[in-house]
Amino acid sequence: MQPAGTEIASRTSAVINEFVGLEGPLLPILHGLQEEFGFVPDESLPVIAKALNISNAEVHGVVTFYHDYRRHPAGRHVLKVCQAEACQSMGSDAVAARIKQLLGIGFHETTKDGSVTLEPIYCLGLCACAPAAMLDGEVIGRLDDDKLEEIAAEVRL
Amino acid sequence: MSVTIYVPCDSGALALGAEKVAKAIESEIAARGIDARIVRNGSRGLYWLEPMVEVETADGRVAYGPVAANDVASLFDAGLVSGGSHRLSLGKTEDIPFLAKQTRLTFARVGITDPLSLDDYKSHGGLRGLEKAVAAAPADIVKTVTDSGLRGRGGAGFPTGIKWNTVLQAVADRKYILCNADEGDSGTFADRMIMEGDPFVLIEGMAIAGIATGATKGFVYIRSEYPHAIATMTRAVEIARKRGVLGVNVLGSPNAFDIEIRSGAGAYVCGEETSLMNSLEGKRGVVRAKPPLPAIQGLFGKPTVINNVISLASVPIIMDRGAEFYRDFGMGRSRGTIPIQIAGNVKHGGLFEAAFGLSLGEIVDDIGGGTATGRPVKAVQVGGPLGAYFPRKLFDTPFDYEAFAAKDGLVGHAGIVVFDDTADMLKQARFAMEFCAIESCGKCTPCRIGSTRGVETIDKIAAGIEPEKNLALVTDLCNTMKFGSLCALGGFTPYPVMSSINHFPDDFKPAATAVAAE
Ligand SMILES: Cc1cc2nc3c(=O)[nH]c(=O)nc-3n(C[C@H](O)[C@H](O)[C@H](O)COP(=O)(O)O)c2cc1C
Ligand code: SF4
Ligand code: FES
Repeated sequence: MQPAGTEIASRTSAVINEFVGLEGPLLPILHGLQEEFGFVPDESLPVIAKALNISNAEVHGVVTFYHDYRRHPAGRHVLKVCQAEACQSMGSDAVAARIKQLLGIGFHETTKDGSVTLEPIYCLGLCACAPAAMLDGEVIGRLDDDKLEEIAAEVRL
Repeated sequence: MSVTIYVPCDSGALALGAEKVAKAIESEIAARGIDARIVRNGSRGLYWLEPMVEVETADGRVAYGPVAANDVASLFDAGLVSGGSHRLSLGKTEDIPFLAKQTRLTFARVGITDPLSLDDYKSHGGLRGLEKAVAAAPADIVKTVTDSGLRGRGGAGFPTGIKWNTVLQAVADRKYILCNADEGDSGTFADRMIMEGDPFVLIEGMAIAGIATGATKGFVYIRSEYPHAIATMTRAVEIARKRGVLGVNVLGSPNAFDIEIRSGAGAYVCGEETSLMNSLEGKRGVVRAKPPLPAIQGLFGKPTVINNVISLASVPIIMDRGAEFYRDFGMGRSRGTIPIQIAGNVKHGGLFEAAFGLSLGEIVDDIGGGTATGRPVKAVQVGGPLGAYFPRKLFDTPFDYEAFAAKDGLVGHAGIVVFDDTADMLKQARFAMEFCAIESCGKCTPCRIGSTRGVETIDKIAAGIEPEKNLALVTDLCNTMKFGSLCALGGFTPYPVMSSINHFPDDFKPAATAVAAE
């Protein structure tokens, strides 16, 4: 269930207060909100705009520019599979195809039971341990069929 | 005497199970009642051997790898704590050829010390550069860096000392040192290894830059894909502050310098320096037109030194050992050492720091040992997603900024991605265009629209639709992108595309004729 509007506003203000003293506080605030809610709620944007004395359009423009910020809740787990060149050289195409099949979803999708969101990512700095992925912030290298099946089972729990 | 066992906490080692190995070692130590402690070091950079466990013996450090959690009991049975022999034994760490052949200056401590122990850092030569800097005149520090020949390791290869001098000369109430830790290039991980394995060297380098240019505030902008680097850097800055390395009196001197860690938000283009500044200021990561130069009007409109992690992390040893010591390594106008990152489909992938001048072939075949799959090497991409694909016939190219430029390529951040003969270069060219389309900041039409047209046109070639005409169109498009783009994202995407077309023309022939010709 999503929190009600006023509750979002007050939790947003709490996050803003934590970072507003920084030079260039907007990205830290947005990261903080994503941590707090799991995504950046639409209701938060005018609260930020007011606090930073910038326009709603400006906040919206920033949120939509960056790949990291979600506009909607993600699944309970987030699996990011690297699709950049070093991983390509070690079969990341096949890895992506296999994990999509195992989870029954494509990139940028969430399973119906809300257990997992699947996303492509472009390099995790694990290029000498390719193909690589990140599950809820945990890094995984040298993905093979066994590891993919393990991941698929784990996120379904 | 207590034994020290090293288990890396580097992301690469963690991705291969180092955490489980550390836990297993911990329980064996407890179960067997051994007097031993575990140090979580950085990675030595031999990723095919990670997790690589080391033990301090009377004879020096001895290594085992790659270790899995279920190898740990047998390692202890074999006498791991005294360096006993085991099927995973690698002998003395320093003697492993991949390490023994390197010249580790910037990476001198990575994998050796406890990344978060400032005492370890000091006992391995840390802070000597900063100690000299606090006693020196700013202009002399800048001169040392200039004389060392150090060029920016982030990609463009601009002389670091010249950049610093512009900031030193600029008059302003506030100046910044901005460390570019966005490391978005596929095939690169040197910045990550420094931040996770020796964070104080970056802090020291930034503090020296601050003192040299009169900047009192530093930021490290780290990509969000690097949570471990962010965590380690954050803790290291706290420790440095507590111990007086950072703060109002750096090492007890009248110089003030402090650092803040910031996280990116998943935009490749934010590695471009002006886009990064916009991002840090809380704006869309759109590239700014130059002039004004960041050195004159950079972050928040103030004079700013922006440097790559490796550029800054190379400064402490230059200050400590002198400009000549560093400059004596290398070739031509590429001075000093470069941390080469060998990645992708390669047998011995990892970090290899060496003086400039090794040939591409030596790096890929001798040091890297050829492909991981055992198939022939078809192509290597050097310098990230904007770098050219090199065929075997160019493997005599020496690792040097000018030599690579002469072959229509770039050294970039020195990542090398190896592909075996199953690679389809049309697909790689298509990806280069697709990546540009995904990551474009949107400011210039050739980059924003051209890249999408590029993908469509390459798809037509793949489908056998008027291949010659469409190939000419892609070439034309690449020219437009090259000359009509504000930054290297649109401007250099033609490198991987055109190198694929020029060096691997067979991959662009329609499938039907290619089959018929076989
Ligand atoms: C699209 C694009 C991405 C870039 N990404 C990075 C990066 O991730 N890290 C980096 O240090 N430089 C990157 N650069 C280069 C920077 O713009 C800049 O040249 C560099 O930070 C300067 O530091 P240096 O002189 O120490 O190399 C990028 C440039 C472009 C055009
Ligand atoms: S070339 Fe592309 S990324 Fe660079 S400024 Fe132009 S639109 Fe932005
Ligand atoms: S390309 Fe996949 S981790 Fe770098």
